[in-house]
Amino acid sequence: MRIPCPFCGDRGNEEFTVLGAAGLARPAPEADDAAWHDYVHLRDNPAGAHRELWHHVFGCRAWLVVERDTRTHAVLSVTPAKERAA
Amino acid sequence: MHYSVFSLLRNALSGNRSWTPAWRDPEPKPAYDTVIVGGGGHGLATAYYLAKEHGITDVAVVEKGYIGSGNVGRNTTIIRSNYLLPANTPFYEKSLQLWEGLEQDINYNAMVSQRGVLNLCHSDAQRDAYARRGNAMQLAGVDAELLDAAQVRAMVPGLDMDNARFPVKGGLLQRRGGTVRHDAVAWGYARAADRRGVDILQNTEVTGILVEGGRVTGVETTRGTIRAKRVGLAAAGNSSRVAAMAGLRLPIESHVLQAFVSEAVKPLIHTVVTFGAGHFYVSQSDKGGLVFGGDIDGYNSYAQRGSLPVVEDVMESAVALFPAFSRLRYLRQWGGIMDMSMDGSPIIDRTPVDGLFLNCGWCYGGFKATPASGWCFAHTIATGAPHALNAGFRLDRFATGRVVDEKGAGAQPNLH
Ligand SMILES: Cc1cc2nc3c(=O)[nH]c(=O)nc-3n(C[C@H](O)[C@H](O)[C@H](O)COP(=O)(O)OP(=O)(O)OC[C@H]3O[C@@H](n4cnc5c(N)ncnc54)[C@H](O)[C@@H]3O)c2cc1C
Ligand SMILES: [Zn+2]
Repeated sequence: MRIPCPFCGDRGNEEFTVLGAAGLARPAPEADDAAWHDYVHLRDNPAGAHRELWHHVFGCRAWLVVERDTRTHAVLSVTPAKERAA
Repeated sequence: MHYSVFSLLRNALSGNRSWTPAWRDPEPKPAYDTVIVGGGGHGLATAYYLAKEHGITDVAVVEKGYIGSGNVGRNTTIIRSNYLLPANTPFYEKSLQLWEGLEQDINYNAMVSQRGVLNLCHSDAQRDAYARRGNAMQLAGVDAELLDAAQVRAMVPGLDMDNARFPVKGGLLQRRGGTVRHDAVAWGYARAADRRGVDILQNTEVTGILVEGGRVTGVETTRGTIRAKRVGLAAAGNSSRVAAMAGLRLPIESHVLQAFVSEAVKPLIHTVVTFGAGHFYVSQSDKGGLVFGGDIDGYNSYAQRGSLPVVEDVMESAVALFPAFSRLRYLRQWGGIMDMSMDGSPIIDRTPVDGLFLNCGWCYGGFKATPASGWCFAHTIATGAPHALNAGFRLDRFATGRVVDEKGAGAQPNLH
């Protein structure tokens, strides 16, 4: 699997580490247990397009949002994580 | 047909023309008492123990592919019960005890081989951790032996014992651990369940779960609607997708794990060896091939194939541990999709939907659990409540903070 880093170009996935699903909204500190349980533990885990956080740890060290098809490993889009809507 | 040395002789003398299929290929009935979704090891074992232990024989196992096409036929066949945590040890020990009597029980040769599982340690701290684990095992009545370096050297020739970076300092040995021929487990349970009246429906995919007024009433399949009073989910790597059909969102990610087999060589390794300084383990199959396993690839996947960096990593670990392996060629490799749960432990429980039961989250290690998983899931389905052996594997443990995190890695599935 190769990931086109917006800063470094096309790189093998051994240069990256992956954290998991992107776009999980961290609850407010005083949110109830159910909200925290949902954030920490529950996942959509789709078969198909999946947005994930990848770290180009052996490259530019940028965090990236990679959208991949989990059925084929095809990379659909890559954007720097800091450009995510806040 | 009962299998025995006499049936073997009879069929050998009659040209092997009178063997009958090991299980029927029935048409789905419109309704069953219990439907099990997923005909892997766990689903088939569940159906078998429902019939055997609870007298519930009006059961269908609904499998989207063929029996043995999932992880039950893809794993590296290792069985053991060398766990530390009290929620795990008795459960996996029950499984090992069921393995020990399995072949007589189901009248099928599963090639259960208690050749031992040896976990190597490479530092004093790691030896202390293994001593602690071995003590915990012994307190739970499980066999465990701590070996020193000389004992390891005598038991497993060929190890790079005096490696400068990761010298082998000893190991934790469970002699009753070993390997089992994985597809024979699927076939043996399928045949044994079928003989007790269970219908095995292959090439039948579940596409929906019917729920009326908070109660499960059946499943939609590619061969029509099947009504059921109770439905048990045992879909391994596809648990999130199947559970979503009933509106459940699970603490699970699906990941790919690869396995590797080398060309066949003469007997070289007589036990199962795990590397303590990297994720790598090896055993030798009866055909002579060395069977390697390593880490998951680490990203969500439903593709049943992994990528090359893990192949390289596993081969590097193999050669670091056994330098002589550098002369071997590897023959084949494949991947399987597993449920990685948020604490690395499984779930065997009821669900918030009445009559719907869940068996999932087996991560790397569900093959060894097959008999106990089926046994406990059958108990949970038949009685409506978990058995003491699976009392730690509740679905709500994540919400209540009672996680069973053997590795201490936290809610990060790709680290378990
Ligand atoms: C490479 C690899 C190595 C492993 N090594 C070991 C090991 O050495 N020791 C160990 O203990 N464990 C090991 N495991 C883990 C173990 O194989 C699994 O945890 C275990 O097999 C999962 O349970 P199962 O046998 O029921 O799964 P499966 O055989 O995958 O059964 C699940 C079944 O559900 C079916 N299904 C899914 N969706 C549907 C649907 N919608 N409708 C109908 N059917 C459906 C699938 O087709 C599949 O047949 C390994 C796994 C892999 C991939
Ligand atoms: Zn980069």
